[in-house]
Amino acid sequence: MGKTRAFDEIMGQSGSNTPRPELAALGQWLDETPDVELRRRQQSAEATFRQLGITFAVYGDSDASERIIPFDIVPRIFLADEWARLSEGLVQRVEAINAFLDDIYGERKILKAGVLPEDLIFGNPQFRPEIAGMRPPHGIWAHICGIDLVRTGPDEFFVLEDNARTPSGVSYMLENREAMLRLCPELFREFRVAAVDSYPDRLLETMKSVAPHGSGQNPVCVVLTPGHYNSAYYEHSFLADSMGIELVEAADLVVDDDIVWMRTIAGRVKVDVIYRRIDDDYLDPLVFRPDSMLGVPGLIAAYAAGNVALLNAPGNGIADDKAIYSYMPEIVRFYSGAEPKLPNVETWRCREPQALKYVLDNLEKVVVKLVDGSGGYGMLVGPTASKAEIEAFRAALIAEPHRYIAQPTLALSTVPTLSDSGLAPRHVDFRPFVLTGSKGIQVVPGGLTRVALKEGSLVVNSSQGGGTKDSFVLMDDGTAQRQTMGGMTQSQASS
Amino acid sequence: MLSRTASSLYWLGRYIERADFIARLVEATVRLDVLSPRPAGEAAWASALAVTETDEAFKATGETITQQHVARFLTLDGSHPGSIVRCLDMARNNARAVRTALTREAWTAINRAWLIFHSRTSPGGATATLGLVDAVKTEARGFEGAIHRMLRNQTTWFIRLGQAVERADNTARLLDVKYHLLLPEGEQIGGVVDRDQWTTILQTVSAVTAYRWLYSEGLRPSNVIDLLISRAELPRSLAASAEETLEILNLLAKRTGLHGEADRMARMRQTRLAKTRSGEVIASGLHQYLQAFKAENDLLHEAIGRQFKFS
Repeated sequence: MGKTRAFDEIMGQSGSNTPRPELAALGQWLDETPDVELRRRQQSAEATFRQLGITFAVYGDSDASERIIPFDIVPRIFLADEWARLSEGLVQRVEAINAFLDDIYGERKILKAGVLPEDLIFGNPQFRPEIAGMRPPHGIWAHICGIDLVRTGPDEFFVLEDNARTPSGVSYMLENREAMLRLCPELFREFRVAAVDSYPDRLLETMKSVAPHGSGQNPVCVVLTPGHYNSAYYEHSFLADSMGIELVEAADLVVDDDIVWMRTIAGRVKVDVIYRRIDDDYLDPLVFRPDSMLGVPGLIAAYAAGNVALLNAPGNGIADDKAIYSYMPEIVRFYSGAEPKLPNVETWRCREPQALKYVLDNLEKVVVKLVDGSGGYGMLVGPTASKAEIEAFRAALIAEPHRYIAQPTLALSTVPTLSDSGLAPRHVDFRPFVLTGSKGIQVVPGGLTRVALKEGSLVVNSSQGGGTKDSFVLMDDGTAQRQTMGGMTQSQASS
Repeated sequence: MLSRTASSLYWLGRYIERADFIARLVEATVRLDVLSPRPAGEAAWASALAVTETDEAFKATGETITQQHVARFLTLDGSHPGSIVRCLDMARNNARAVRTALTREAWTAINRAWLIFHSRTSPGGATATLGLVDAVKTEARGFEGAIHRMLRNQTTWFIRLGQAVERADNTARLLDVKYHLLLPEGEQIGGVVDRDQWTTILQTVSAVTAYRWLYSEGLRPSNVIDLLISRAELPRSLAASAEETLEILNLLAKRTGLHGEADRMARMRQTRLAKTRSGEVIASGLHQYLQAFKAENDLLHEAIGRQFKFS
């Protein structure tokens, strides 16, 4: 795979010496800034992350239970028109996801129309019969979506995965930008970069907009975390802190007569909106897993009674499941009546005999994934896998074909990245965040760029040696913009 | 404020204070050990176990009572819940749970102490042990400074409340060391060894100079007892701890409107301590007095938990 000439987002072609014309200024910056200086700034950013405790835990790795994700100083840049097209595709996709969820737990028109096979839904562990018939306040299910994208050419974006449950990573988008503003201010004079720092305000607006009717002028919003042993605890506390709302654990909440209360030193306070960062399985032991210690007994009953809004709604797993993924183009067409603006990656459903045969014949060329896996685990990357790994997957595929899907190995785009031997192209993916409230849908102009730091590697997951980069979204000329930092406002001179 | 947050802050204060106290106790015991004639020096380590009520737990380890073993047990033993390293674990866990309520300075002081203890496996000899416990005292001072620079609101008050309640308990225990520390045969009360023991207790609470200022006379046990029990000028005295507890409860009541049993108990204790005379305490038995004080402090702790709905 490393041999393939991939599209480079800055240089146009991997290994090219001249950048794309719109990004000439970045090329010049890379030329003029010595590697030692880039490395110094990168280390300074990482030192800050460590002190702040922007750490994540790798499960099953007790030695390094608190690690930071490596940060790369070279940003990835989206041009204004690229972003505009991308945003349209994201809006269309997230609207379809919301419509699909509302339908599948309601009237099930899509099944009646025969667009999806019924067993794909009813035989899927991500489908929650417990909540069928419940409708979230304002009919919105997937309030916070992270859509994972890959790119293979100037205008070729593909959706790799939808995340409609509790996508994480937004704190990196914000902290990476803070670091870039501090360490590379000259880039923000050169490029007119859309600001991302309003994300917490937008998230809070979204939360308030979906409060149940009768919550009053100032609905009480909270972030629900599994606790400080969770790998994403930093993000939970960061978001609660930057929205100025309480970070609660299950033990802080009590449900009484279908009302959710939080226990404060001054007594009980009614809670209207919960941004929960706990999986469905653990949310309410009375409805889902009875052994859950992280959940709040009675929470789903309060939700069913319409007394509390949950972000995201329970049951969303049926929309971002990998088995459903391959049907997303049909789902988008069904609800929007239009062609999908963002295509899927071609996917073979191994549950179908023809597809299985093709996959088995081409194991060394494809990527095989567990339908219910995540984090880069349970995955085979054919071109870089050993013979033994391929044979192990062959056996697993034959034994349980319905648990797998396969995709072609894409020539993922690269971005210049500071490696041990200087700047070199490394493969990246991208997770933009889309917020949906009762007052509309918005795409945050930025996102989380993950980069595979190992040469030739296509696995960007942080648990598997991936790093992150800042993602610049350039603005059209004529739009005023401001970047705020540390309480001071810095106006950007236009270039 | 969430009850859990209040509870974490309060316990954070207690554990930091306790880590600091055990450090001071180990420091005092190293000194008492040196002062005592061989082989009775080991009595000093036995008394350190007695005041922390960990003699049974130590016996279960099967080790003999020597400086090396007991110092390790009290500082670095990860399986002993009363060791400094475990207190720092608990303090850090509570701090993480309320991470956003703390400033970076307060957090790093705890984190630094934790890192120091987790990089050591043995306290070493007397000198190395003193160096190790000094590191905790330094970070505890740093933490103390940091919380005095935080917003003066419920967050700092709950931490300081935990510290004040723990400090009252700790000073009572420290004073009780003398009860457990029998004088070697032939030594007289008021003799050289007896005086050195009292001096060590004063040093442990950083009060040698304070004693000279307040009493302008040679070292007398009844004065030391008076200083540690009823002189509110001394920050670690029982009277000062009681006064601080009451003050913080008042601040919390003013801000949150919550007051009740805990305030009443704290007020009663404060009034009584102001009238306490060391002569009467000694006559009726210092050990019994201190035992009763600790029991009352535990009741106050429970009342605080009820008042602010900690559980």
